[in-house]
Amino acid sequence: MATTKPPAAVPAPGAGDELAGLDALSVVRRETESLPSRLRRKALPPLVAIVVALGVWELVVLLELKPAYAVPPPSEVWHTLTEQWAEGNVQAAVTNSLRRGVVGFLASVVIGTVIGMIVARVRPIRTAIKPILTGLQIMPSVAWVPAAIIWFGLSDATYYAVVLLGAVPSIAIGLISGVDQVPPLFHRVGRVLGARRLSAVRHVLLPAAFPGYLAGLKQGWAFSWRSLMAAELIAISPELGLGLGGYLDIGRELNDMSWVLSGIFLILVVGIAVELIVFAPLERRMLRNRGLLVESR
Amino acid sequence: MAATNLSPARQTGDRPETTTDTGFAVRIDKVSKRFDRRTDTPPVLDEMSLDVAPGEFVALLGASGCGKSTLLNLVAGLEPVTSGRIEVPGGPAALMFQEPALFPWLTAGRNVELALRLRGVPRADRRAETQRLLELVRLGQSYQTRIHELSGGMRQRVALARALAQNAPVLLMDEPFGALDAITRDLLHDELTRIWSETALSIVFVTHNVREAVRLGQRVVLMSSRPGRVVQEWAVDIPQPRRIEAPDVAHLAGVITEDLREEIRRHGHH
Repeated sequence: MATTKPPAAVPAPGAGDELAGLDALSVVRRETESLPSRLRRKALPPLVAIVVALGVWELVVLLELKPAYAVPPPSEVWHTLTEQWAEGNVQAAVTNSLRRGVVGFLASVVIGTVIGMIVARVRPIRTAIKPILTGLQIMPSVAWVPAAIIWFGLSDATYYAVVLLGAVPSIAIGLISGVDQVPPLFHRVGRVLGARRLSAVRHVLLPAAFPGYLAGLKQGWAFSWRSLMAAELIAISPELGLGLGGYLDIGRELNDMSWVLSGIFLILVVGIAVELIVFAPLERRMLRNRGLLVESR
Repeated sequence: MAATNLSPARQTGDRPETTTDTGFAVRIDKVSKRFDRRTDTPPVLDEMSLDVAPGEFVALLGASGCGKSTLLNLVAGLEPVTSGRIEVPGGPAALMFQEPALFPWLTAGRNVELALRLRGVPRADRRAETQRLLELVRLGQSYQTRIHELSGGMRQRVALARALAQNAPVLLMDEPFGALDAITRDLLHDELTRIWSETALSIVFVTHNVREAVRLGQRVVLMSSRPGRVVQEWAVDIPQPRRIEAPDVAHLAGVITEDLREEIRRHGHH
């Protein structure tokens, strides 16, 4: 390109000022909020909701609407939890389940992404496989547990098989719908800018498809976690490490409702924690960068 | 009417010439384009021919549906011609659309930088070159700005900087200011004229706005609709910078509008 020459021929006096003025008028300001104010706005409402829920629970117990063995008070559930923590059962169950869930999910991400990419881009394969993927996504993957037990026996492989069958279709379909939603104009821009096959995938297709892909990942994790709990509840063996499903099952055998409730509580907390620590920040960052975040005030 | 020489605004001896000495920056030679194979319908473009000189600013004017956008896509190599030849001796042309089509996952600066990267500019040079291009469109402060925080006019200037980052000798513009308000559009006309005069760019600017065509072009080319071909052209000898509301601009626009209307009326008779 030519080096700039003095713009003698086209002075356009003040044009820059007008443009600068127009820019200043139309720029959207980024609003910043102090940490205490954000905490009050974001964290306080859910905390209040939890306190209210605990209050209702306590009330049900105090009014003796149900016998105490069926609805033990929150304090008793807490007691069981601390007791099992001291025994090391809580830590073992949480780490075993998380390990299976995370390893299974990560494997699903790799497999689901490859399958999704192929199905999204190769038309004959798409026609052949997309309906099957959709069917698998709708099917509860617990249905695979008996088959997995016959194939793999009572081993970790059984859990992983069920997790994979639960998560892979969601991740693949998320990626496919992400790819489908990429505006055709972006592909043309990529071509004009000189992006060829691989660079077009890397710089245009994948980032443009990311919102749909992330939705697929979120759903994939949810399905992984659910399927794993179901599998752990059904396929129990002393040789396998105790998972949260197994923890739940012990409570049922002992007919100990506070044990069962403490298990449900742990499963819930792990689910919320993964959402808050992994997916929520990813999603918020993606939405904020693209100007899609609507802050409700 | 014959093609013009360079207008007074461009008679500068120190302007570097384009690397080619073929005498044209774009040659469209008897190009036809049809999208369906049926031969009983008129083609979108029918044996259209047009030469664009190096450094020339051509405004391509026509009613909607006359194949202006199709023509730009053909020149940009996004679609194949049905018959005829298109030559762009300086390599692939840059193309700007009516929508800025910036990538929302990148900041303004990163959008420009991506074009440099895809062109193979080494990493060490990219940041400075991006800054230079942003300053050229008067957005030197906006490297870190997210796309959604920019106004429509600012987005289109980032898109212009991105197109310039391709370092192509030819810039194709497909109604790039069509979606902007009148004040912004006026200012961007000034900016585009300034940038064009500072560089060796050849520009083909497609529009359906007659005054915009006269405001910008050294040559205004009127296209017919279905089939698309060149009907008439005018040399615009009004010195730059022109004002869109200036009497001589309005006068020529009036003359051209008559022909455009005549061209549109022709279709009403079928």
